[in-house]
Amino acid sequence: MTVRSSVTWRDVAVPGQPRTAAASAELGSRDAAAASDRAAVPRKRARPVQEPGLKRANFGEGPGLPTLLLLPQFLILLFFFFIPSLRALTQSVLLADPFGTTVQFVWFDNFKALFASVEYRQSVWVTLQFTVGQNVLTLLVALVLAFATDRIVRGRSVYRTIILLPYAIAPAVAGILWAFLFNPAVGPLAQMLHSLGVAWDPNLNPNHALILVTLAASWKHICYDYIFLVVGLLAVPVSLMEAAAVDGAGPIRRFVSIGLPMLGPTVFFLTVMNFIYGFFETFAIIDAVTKGGPAGATNILVYKVFVDGFVNLDLGSSAAQSVMLMSFALICTLLQFRYFDRKVNYGV
Amino acid sequence: MVERAPVLNFVCHAILIAGALTVCVPLYFAFVAGSLTIGEVQKVPLPWLPGDQFFANLQTAWVKANFSRTFVNSVVVALGITAGKIAVSLLSAFAITYFRFRYRMLAFWLIFVSLMLPIEVRIVPTFEAVANAALPLQRLADTLRLADLWRWISGHEVTIAFEWNMVNTYPGLILPLMASATATFLFRQFFLTVPDELCEAARLDGASPLRFFWSILLPLSVPNMVALAIILFLFGWNQYLWPLLFTTDKDMATAVIALKNLIPRSDSEPAWNVAMSGALLTMLPPTLVILLLQRWFLKGLVDSSK
Repeated sequence: MTVRSSVTWRDVAVPGQPRTAAASAELGSRDAAAASDRAAVPRKRARPVQEPGLKRANFGEGPGLPTLLLLPQFLILLFFFFIPSLRALTQSVLLADPFGTTVQFVWFDNFKALFASVEYRQSVWVTLQFTVGQNVLTLLVALVLAFATDRIVRGRSVYRTIILLPYAIAPAVAGILWAFLFNPAVGPLAQMLHSLGVAWDPNLNPNHALILVTLAASWKHICYDYIFLVVGLLAVPVSLMEAAAVDGAGPIRRFVSIGLPMLGPTVFFLTVMNFIYGFFETFAIIDAVTKGGPAGATNILVYKVFVDGFVNLDLGSSAAQSVMLMSFALICTLLQFRYFDRKVNYGV
Repeated sequence: MVERAPVLNFVCHAILIAGALTVCVPLYFAFVAGSLTIGEVQKVPLPWLPGDQFFANLQTAWVKANFSRTFVNSVVVALGITAGKIAVSLLSAFAITYFRFRYRMLAFWLIFVSLMLPIEVRIVPTFEAVANAALPLQRLADTLRLADLWRWISGHEVTIAFEWNMVNTYPGLILPLMASATATFLFRQFFLTVPDELCEAARLDGASPLRFFWSILLPLSVPNMVALAIILFLFGWNQYLWPLLFTTDKDMATAVIALKNLIPRSDSEPAWNVAMSGALLTMLPPTLVILLLQRWFLKGLVDSSK
């Protein structure tokens, strides 16, 4: 990245000489903009200012055709994204009875009621335990597996194929598989636990239920972290590793002191993705395995939104919870931007 | 590899084998359970070797979950999401990279914002939106007092009521899941790397924008389209929350939803053998896709997350 932008810098700084098309095409909008900012003097002389994200060779003016091209995307976004999101925002400050006959504007009462509710606090706590547990487990296992994959030569693609399999399996199906394994009556792993003297029963014991869904969620998601870490390790320059080896660092030392720091941005990105996965996509696992029970032990936030909205028909509270989740999703997206910045700085 | 470390290599193989086993054990037990009779599956301990009822159970699961119908639904929904999203995204990415028009940056940001909120977050209002997609039009008509206007013009008493209910329809299952911009961004990034000379040459030869799109840009995008199609197909096939809410009619359910109804609950007969056969059937199509198209799948997975 640094090399490339220095090329542009030189290109732009030479007045009158057109920048090579390949260089400007390869660059992201940010680099082009930054480079032309720095080269303030030559910019005045020649070409029109480059718009970020626009091809230098473009089809010019005219709102007609581009509008037509954008229309399908915008219609879908309008009906199924913008209007619903706005409705969630407005509903969160309204109070309606389940039949929708009377609607009242109540300011932030829905939110106040939400924060005061014991159930909601429990749900936040459960979600925290679940997502953090899932995150740590997934990342640790994926890191170990990626390290091992990076070391070996023989059979690498076979291992990779098998470990990636769960990506194809729907979260709901993964949940059902694990629900069977740990079913207290018939599950083989539950039977093993029983013979070890553990009174395993996720239908009655809240901790067991939480462990079960965490395991199922991690099992399904390890493959995702794994493949990104494997790709990330491939990008670590061999020369660095060789230099460290010459200095006498063993394989594990090299992984910890060079591989991991170089993987830093990837791990950060994966952490954010794991949180998004844990918060939103695990709905299917919860619904298929525990239905939020026993006694709300696995009632994660997104499941509670669903139950309050569609079963209890408490639209105001459900919308307020949606808004809380939206803010969380926004934070995650902003964090991902940081990932992009860091990625550029590390030059990986 | 930098040095010889036989012990470490052995440990690495052991770790990977353990990882592969962790993946395979649940699948193996699903297979074993799926091949037993209902009496055998409740035995303690569960047998370690498969029985002989595998195909009989597959058949039972196929009939009980109405898979001959729900599989078709799943295929239609998954392919619909895949094709629709790719088509819509290609067009809009083309528009925002190859045209200079006044609201270009606004369009870019509007699309960008949609990346931020997954459908699970706005599930209740989205449901309302799809239960009557014409609701915004209705509001508009009400505010503009169109009915009064018409009465004033023609003298007839009318009520204007828009209704477009998409519950239990394929569009209702497909369209809301297309409302995200990940694919648009992938194509935008790709278009930015296409050499400018191609466009210049096409313009010199007198090609219209659409001709350039069709004859040059589209063929160049094929690898990206294939990679993305695999990811989107898996995404569509594995959907759960949306089809669950949206298919009150059993004939419109997808395979994953139909499978859910096979899980034994505490008050029903514990037919885990049939449930496991159903689970194996449901995961078969996506598994085949990633096994047969592994190279493309990896490309799609890594590209689409950036």
